[in-house]
Amino acid sequence: MCHSHEWREWAGWLAASTYEHSHEREYYAIRNGVALIDVSPLFKYEVRGPDAVRLVNRVMTRDIGKCQVGRVMYTPWCDDDGKMIEDGTVARLADDHLRVTAAERSLRWFEDCGYGLDASVDEVTEELAALAVQGPNSRALLQELMPHAGLDKLSYFRLTKGKIDGFEVTVTRTGYTGDLGYELWTPIANAPQLWDSLMDKGNGYGATPTGIVALDIARIEAGLLLIDVDFFSSHKTLIEAQKSSPLELGLGWAVRFDKGDYVGRQALLDEEERGSEWALMGVEVDWVHLERLFDEVDLPPRVAGRASRSAVPLYKEREQIGQVTSHTFSPILKKYIGLASLRSLYARPGNQVEMEVTIEYSRQRARATLVKPPFFDPRRKKE
Amino acid sequence: MPDRYDAIVIGGGHNGLVTAAYLARGGLRTLLLERRPIVGGASVSEEVFPGFRFSVFSYVVSLLRPEIIRELKLPEHGLAILPLESTLTPLPDGDCLYRDADHYRTLRDIARFSPRDAEAYEDYGRTLYFMAKAVKYMLGIMPPDPTKLNPRDLIGMGGLGRHMLGLGEEKLQTLTKLMTMSSADFVEEWFESEPLKATLSASGIIGTFLGPRSPGTAYVLLHHYMGEIDGNFRAWGFARGGTGGISEAIASSACSLGAEIRTGASVERLIIKNGRILGVALQNGDEILSRTVISSLDPRHTFLRLAGEKHLPGELVASLKNYVYRGSSAKVNLALDAAPDFACRPGDGPHLRGAFSISPDLDYLERAYDDAKYGRFSRQPYMDVILPSMIDPAMAPPGKHVMSCFIQYAPYHLAEGDWDGQRQALGDTVIETLSQYIPNLKDIILHRQVLTPLDIERTTGLTQGNIFQGELSLSQLFFLRPAPGLAQYRTPIRNYYHCGSATHPGGGITGAPGRLAALEILRDLKK
Repeated sequence: MCHSHEWREWAGWLAASTYEHSHEREYYAIRNGVALIDVSPLFKYEVRGPDAVRLVNRVMTRDIGKCQVGRVMYTPWCDDDGKMIEDGTVARLADDHLRVTAAERSLRWFEDCGYGLDASVDEVTEELAALAVQGPNSRALLQELMPHAGLDKLSYFRLTKGKIDGFEVTVTRTGYTGDLGYELWTPIANAPQLWDSLMDKGNGYGATPTGIVALDIARIEAGLLLIDVDFFSSHKTLIEAQKSSPLELGLGWAVRFDKGDYVGRQALLDEEERGSEWALMGVEVDWVHLERLFDEVDLPPRVAGRASRSAVPLYKEREQIGQVTSHTFSPILKKYIGLASLRSLYARPGNQVEMEVTIEYSRQRARATLVKPPFFDPRRKKE
Repeated sequence: MPDRYDAIVIGGGHNGLVTAAYLARGGLRTLLLERRPIVGGASVSEEVFPGFRFSVFSYVVSLLRPEIIRELKLPEHGLAILPLESTLTPLPDGDCLYRDADHYRTLRDIARFSPRDAEAYEDYGRTLYFMAKAVKYMLGIMPPDPTKLNPRDLIGMGGLGRHMLGLGEEKLQTLTKLMTMSSADFVEEWFESEPLKATLSASGIIGTFLGPRSPGTAYVLLHHYMGEIDGNFRAWGFARGGTGGISEAIASSACSLGAEIRTGASVERLIIKNGRILGVALQNGDEILSRTVISSLDPRHTFLRLAGEKHLPGELVASLKNYVYRGSSAKVNLALDAAPDFACRPGDGPHLRGAFSISPDLDYLERAYDDAKYGRFSRQPYMDVILPSMIDPAMAPPGKHVMSCFIQYAPYHLAEGDWDGQRQALGDTVIETLSQYIPNLKDIILHRQVLTPLDIERTTGLTQGNIFQGELSLSQLFFLRPAPGLAQYRTPIRNYYHCGSATHPGGGITGAPGRLAALEILRDLKK
């Protein structure tokens, strides 16, 4: 099925970079049809027991106590110094049962943070398949497959359960694309059948197997961060400067101080009071200026069709003020965009900056404007 | 031959060679004298059986200091370090733990035994990276003596203090723990699964007469981890042509720098007059004069045999006599007709190009030590095994293989009998133990060479066969290695120096003692 034979390492598994030779059709499936993205390599943990909520709440910066049964929350989590370990989603499956997704192994951290609490943490990464069904047609396709699951009433970041071909599937209205979309969770044994059913029924909806390359473009458009690219887990960094706090990454909205104690709270509170040194912003490259830079060497503007994960410096009047950690041409917006970590002093929407671009082996600075992400935020995402 | 050399280096092991190369590089007329017909000491490759070449003693490399590789231009002299990327720990139940360069696959395999361990593994790796970085500084300096009040020692202590404080609280604490803990306790701060704990803590017992639960072994573990290859800490490799390839490259570099190397030249005694060295006398009666003489041998030879007690202060003689060697390792080299077939991983595979660690659990290692404590070789020894011919095909005829088995424990002093009588029994034990994991082993053995600590001593001169020229215990490290007052490469005899693994920073193919000694000598001669 992976005609491109192009695979990418994802947490020790191989994930298709693209299924076809070009990622473009796959990208437009996300924005214009329905994309099927295998996200099974996510680490998954089941937290169960009378203290399950207390345990997760002790780890997370958001108030998991407010996560009612049937709700899902995106949340970062931090070390004692308030530095990001990583982020993920918490789904409340029952009063005493939560499911947490993570990009890295987190069992030891969750268990250790839950010391003394009456709750267990089990890793189910290899038992549970996860399939992202993303795009404007995702609801219609899923409704056809599971007409009784009440998907038409399922709000953003809510979950429901239903059956496809007789087996149980948990559906969460979540995703990493910033579009209308769902993620399906089912025991691994059901996964091939689930895929086949979706592809079978999905024909009329433009269902397309979609790889990581297309997803990467979509998540930048949606302003969503990627670990090891836009930030690094404080558990893995070698120097302090490589760490960042959620406040520095534009995730202040997901940090609560009114929920009682949790790991990193005091440090985050201190940072909140003194102000963060760094901030995360979007950059939009000035296309006319970029065109001119290319024109100087007699070339038409050429930007990589794929998202770049190699950071480039961001300048303000010759001074480096930060770095653009992911950048891509957005096919739907027709703009060259990126996510940047920069000195908070400069982090004002509308601020004019310069981003390094390499044109014919020569480093240039393209004018750019700071904007508040997301770049792309269709109403259908939440409607 | 000149009438008089500037420097004579006694012993052509890797440290002696490094010293000779640096002295020649410093412009000294340098002669290196080696008793055996080949240079290398314990870093030699020999064709023990026709067509089968062995790294007879020391068999892997990681610790060779990058500055030596650079400064002596060793790659130009033939040094190539081939990757040794994986470690297979076969288990008695037919399972195995397999770790290799595929990071996430390694984590998955560890997670089969304990998901917590997989997560801790990254943290552990990061901690050891910091520790290796912390001790790297110490590998590059002559140890200052905190008991002395002379300016150079004070400055040295100041530099060391600044370095230590610069590490920060947490790292300094970990380093202190590493210097004092047992390797088992250290790895148990992270891990819970036996195969991983045992295999990691085994680095703390190699060449050491201590069990994994003995305090002090955590340092030995760090000592094995502080190497770097191409800037990567903890990387281990295999020298092309065996470890002799390293010695040959250093020798070639030394010769190109103008050093003279004479093999088959055994030094009988030093010529000392009025507390000052004049030269050496060879076994054949020749006397060679030199401004300085440097011994790369261990302290028993350097001081007690060559210099003689009468030229040394009494308390120094006493402390040298108390210097602990306690050889505890043996080596079995096998020539194989075919590739070994592991019960846990039948057939060919990348695992054959890595190391195999016979360390199923911590109790296994501790029991192996129990035997040694009471003067027996381990009935079920810890082993670190590699197939050099899988990594460098030139080591054996096509399709055939050589197997290098490092054995821990084989105490130098046996409670019953002697090594000449026990040698083959040790060989049998090794093959029996390995056969539990490699069912076809007995059918494919063509030849075997069993090297007991006694054999290591006889061939290389290493006292009691201790591979580090003396234990790497805290009381014998840094400014105390090999004895107070001897740690700065100088000796009480004027112009007589020493540069072997019995000096800072100790054993392993680091070359660091040889280099640091040479730099001190050049410094003295410039005065």
